[in-house]
Amino acid sequence: MSSIIKKEYDIPANDFSLAGEASSNVRKLLTQLGVYPTVIKRTSIAMYEAELNVVIHGNGGKARVEIFEDKIEILVYDEGPGIEDIELAMKEGYSTAPDFIREMGFGAGMGLSNIKKNSDRFVLESEPNKGTRVYITIYLY
Amino acid sequence: MTNYFHSVTLEEDKCRGCTNCIKHCPTEAIRVRNGKATIIKERCIDCGECIRVCPYHAKKAVTDPISELSKYPVKVALPAPSLYGQFGQDISRERILKGLLELGFDWVFEVAKAAEIVSDATRRIIGAGNVKKPVISSACPAVVRLVQVRFPNLINNLLKIESPMEVAARIAKQTITERENIPAEEIGIFFISPCAAKVTSVKAPYEKKESFVNGVLSMKDIHIKLLEKIKSIPWDFDGDLVSSGAYGVGWAGSGGECSALETPRTLAVHGIHNVINIFEEIVEDRLKNVDFVEALSCTEGCLGGPLTVVNPFVASTNLKWQVNRAKERDFSGENTAADYQDLLWTKDMEYKPILKLDDNMMKAMIKMQKLEEINDGLPGLDCGACGSPSCRALAEDIVRGLAFETDCIFKLREKVSDLADHMKAFEHIYRQKTED
Repeated sequence: MSSIIKKEYDIPANDFSLAGEASSNVRKLLTQLGVYPTVIKRTSIAMYEAELNVVIHGNGGKARVEIFEDKIEILVYDEGPGIEDIELAMKEGYSTAPDFIREMGFGAGMGLSNIKKNSDRFVLESEPNKGTRVYITIYLY
Repeated sequence: MTNYFHSVTLEEDKCRGCTNCIKHCPTEAIRVRNGKATIIKERCIDCGECIRVCPYHAKKAVTDPISELSKYPVKVALPAPSLYGQFGQDISRERILKGLLELGFDWVFEVAKAAEIVSDATRRIIGAGNVKKPVISSACPAVVRLVQVRFPNLINNLLKIESPMEVAARIAKQTITERENIPAEEIGIFFISPCAAKVTSVKAPYEKKESFVNGVLSMKDIHIKLLEKIKSIPWDFDGDLVSSGAYGVGWAGSGGECSALETPRTLAVHGIHNVINIFEEIVEDRLKNVDFVEALSCTEGCLGGPLTVVNPFVASTNLKWQVNRAKERDFSGENTAADYQDLLWTKDMEYKPILKLDDNMMKAMIKMQKLEEINDGLPGLDCGACGSPSCRALAEDIVRGLAFETDCIFKLREKVSDLADHMKAFEHIYRQKTED
């Protein structure tokens, strides 16, 4: 089945002030559709964390959002350095963010587990030097 | 009372149909149709931004006239703390309160006192745990309405305690009935307000069935009369009228409610568009290490209310003097809320999903698809000439059946030029035929 609504967003590199623009747009969209507030909240948290990763680690990338009759599918991807050990990266508290980013209150190592926690389906594909792709599925009901 | 009473209203005669108000409204609640602005009642949160930006003063806040006082044998004034910022450093709080009595009130009850009680209750609630953090202040009614219509996920973060105005009104009514043995219906409680949102919160309360406040007067309406009375009161007058310390007085400005909580884990934001930005951060779990958020719709907090007289930044300096002087007396022993249970809201707040395109999600999706399509065809200038605040808002209005594509002047021009091309083509065919 094809999606009813399809949106694409650019995610800029290194600009924290613009991280969250895509998730904020998606939140407005879902509010207009009358999606349940709890679903909206989970979607925007998951998407924001994924966006933030692309800003901090991925050197910028894109987000593709598709809304179906019963679910939201989000793909956030970049062509950055990739993740060497996915299992390790998934661990709460594990972070490769440099000190200056942690000092800004980001990079606490909770991002990926937070995405997983808030989504119904979560797939992470990555290879060193080939970028990272995060697939998020959230059901509307 | 209808569901959508609003203090903010439009005087049609004065409206010229410009785009100032539609561009500034934080909930996109205004449209210009047929040359006049109209307010979409379900969306309006009474923040008063449109009152501030309208160059023709066509937007106004409906308040009660001073003549309303004569309806009650006993008249009580509840001055909002922001009133203290409307006078220079040479005018003490004692003189302002005495001035209110000379204006014809029998009693004055400082809302600042109730603010200290509310702060004490807030400290206890946050201290007791089991609340959703960050707790968001409910003191500003425009902000509460904003949460209700745009941030359903934050409804549970709202501090569900009555506002200082309500607490003050309740105490005033109880004290006077008990102490003076006067029946409650003979007592008229009048809040002296810096804003329209407070009027709405009295006429159509969201936290309980009925307000204890009987009337709301605009600070603008009484300012000059009050100043005149104050001038004849000696500068060192002391009638033991004050009942609040520095914290309560400080509530008038941005950061005042936060500092009363005596913890650094607070955040103060003012100006409705800034409030929206902070709320977005909270929804996305981006705001860390903050237990309490003071969010006020107006710049500089209540001192910047649309019904105040003095420039908000000047008022902020004025208030600093009042706060400093208030430090001389401490009322923290009596302005407490050990038993705050009776200050809690008695009504649940429901989410009002005013933004959704259709009650049926599938239909809403199809409308959204159409909306995106229309939006892609619009010029993206957000000029407002169509009467909607942005191209996207026009696309939304079209989908809702409230506007037409040709309301966009660029679209209209395209259509007209298409039409002209058609006419030329027809003329050409016609000429050819007649020449044959």
